[in-house]
Amino acid sequence: MTSSTFTGAEAVEAAVTASPPRKGGRLRLNHPATPYLMLAPYVVLLCAFVLGPAVFGIWVSLHDWDFLLPNKPFIGLQNYADLLDPDSITFEPFWKGMRATAIFVVASVPFLVLIPLGIALLLNRTFPGRSMFRAIIFAPFVLGIAVIGVLFRYLLDSQFGLFNYLLGLVGIDPIGWTQTQPAAWVALVGMTVWWTLGFNTVIYLAGLQGIPRDHYEAASLDGAGSWNKFLYVTIPGLRNILVFILTTTVLASANMFGQSYLVTNGGPGDSTRTAIMVMTQEGLRSFKMGSATAMSYILAVFLIIISAINFLALREREKK
Amino acid sequence: MTTTEPTNSELARSADGPSPVRRRRAYRQDRNGPVFWIGIIVLALIFVIPLLWMFLTSFRTVEDSRRIPMTLIPDEFTLRAYQLLFADEQNPVFLWALNSFIAAAAHAILVVVVASMAAYALARMQFRGKNALFVIIIATLFVPGFIFLMPNYLIMDQLGWLDTLIALIVPGAAGAFGVFFLRQFFLAIPKELEESARIDGANTWQIFLRVVLPNAKPALVTLGVLSFLGNWNDFIWPVFVLFSPERLTLPAGLATLQAAYNIDYPVVMAGATIAALPVLILFIFVQRYVIEGVATSGLKG
Repeated sequence: MTSSTFTGAEAVEAAVTASPPRKGGRLRLNHPATPYLMLAPYVVLLCAFVLGPAVFGIWVSLHDWDFLLPNKPFIGLQNYADLLDPDSITFEPFWKGMRATAIFVVASVPFLVLIPLGIALLLNRTFPGRSMFRAIIFAPFVLGIAVIGVLFRYLLDSQFGLFNYLLGLVGIDPIGWTQTQPAAWVALVGMTVWWTLGFNTVIYLAGLQGIPRDHYEAASLDGAGSWNKFLYVTIPGLRNILVFILTTTVLASANMFGQSYLVTNGGPGDSTRTAIMVMTQEGLRSFKMGSATAMSYILAVFLIIISAINFLALREREKK
Repeated sequence: MTTTEPTNSELARSADGPSPVRRRRAYRQDRNGPVFWIGIIVLALIFVIPLLWMFLTSFRTVEDSRRIPMTLIPDEFTLRAYQLLFADEQNPVFLWALNSFIAAAAHAILVVVVASMAAYALARMQFRGKNALFVIIIATLFVPGFIFLMPNYLIMDQLGWLDTLIALIVPGAAGAFGVFFLRQFFLAIPKELEESARIDGANTWQIFLRVVLPNAKPALVTLGVLSFLGNWNDFIWPVFVLFSPERLTLPAGLATLQAAYNIDYPVVMAGATIAALPVLILFIFVQRYVIEGVATSGLKG
């Protein structure tokens, strides 16, 4: 790949000078229909399963759309109004779900942003077995939430689980991980950190390796210790990576579903029933698609606003 | 000729990118003390033990799985859990594994074929509406996936795809990641290769199939593997669009298995092991592609 810098430049030159007989230049050599033919399969899928549904979902949300009933009367913004009206039947479950999602995001994101950074700094050192170690911490993420979910329900079992047994060895009484709060949140956040930490670590690591070594050397010459190097070289060098990780992690945590579905089943009470659980229960189990799509758009608006704030806040600071 | 500029900087970047790392490694070896090694080993154990526990419990007797004190190694290894699963017609785990494999493989192939064609058109061709289309594709990356759950469920119903594997294979291939990812890679392939094939008389399709795709093999493998894993592990969508016991994939099946066997943990762990082993084995062979694919997605974003 090292020679490609030159070949790229040469190609430009060749197109400009060495090949005058070609008419119209490189870009018009294909049949005019070719790009459209190549794009057609993807564009069909995009329209059918992304753009179409996004618009169709808004249409559904404007109806009293019960999947099981033949009549789906148009009701305008009533589904949205109901979600904002404390007296409606959808208000309480939806906002409880939003609250659960918010708690999970606030509780999990700091760990998911900071712990992988620490591990990435550890992994950025050279040592034998480094890539094996990297693969080991990434492995849980490869497994997916279903395997991790049933595994942790077992590990967290108050009677037969490994965690309570290990805690018992150091004299701590059994904890009802799935039956009591705040233990249930601790369990769900903990298992999520364990499950997805490798993903953020790998991204941090790529970012760390992109910071030029001479920046550290220059800092050393200026007499910076390792803490100052971290603060003034590493952190600024990771700015864009931090924006990416913070944004994707907030979104991933706000999408939390499988952990609650498999491990706590939304309990104790409804305390860990997240917004996605409420919405899928409403739309895909009770088949009240109208109110469920309205819920999904309200949550989506929240997430888009939060991502925009993340993005702007961190970008702004960069400019100063 | 303005379109060539980003390509060159791409090339420059990818050319500088990996080499200093390799050079650095050659002359520089960090000195790591015992504290470092203890930290590394403890961390590794935190990740290995739960998975090992799952695997070993699947060979335990029910009594052993509930005995205090617990032991890492089972008293006796029994295949009871696997035999139970094999005979359980309500929870046909091996059929789920087959379904998962068919869906994930078909999905991965579909994604690679569809995305590579679209990405090539976007990377190398000029046509009306190109910029608008690219902006739309990028914009869909920022839309949270759950808003498609309900409308796509209704579309699956209209198409007669509910409770079929097609519902798992096709809609997900509309995702923008593959197109975006491959476009970046195609932009970094030296144009010279395509130019010389053109001079030899190859048409666009021949260039695409015989020059571009072979040169993009690492990216195609990465995208294929990431799509396979993503589909194999997908949970929320199959839980709702599949219902018949014989149509489920492993993740959706594990949820019903957990409900059916509750605290017969060896059986539930056997199901989890059957779901986990194929991907872990795949991961051992392709971990470089997976990890680098994830890492570059972060750098681009």
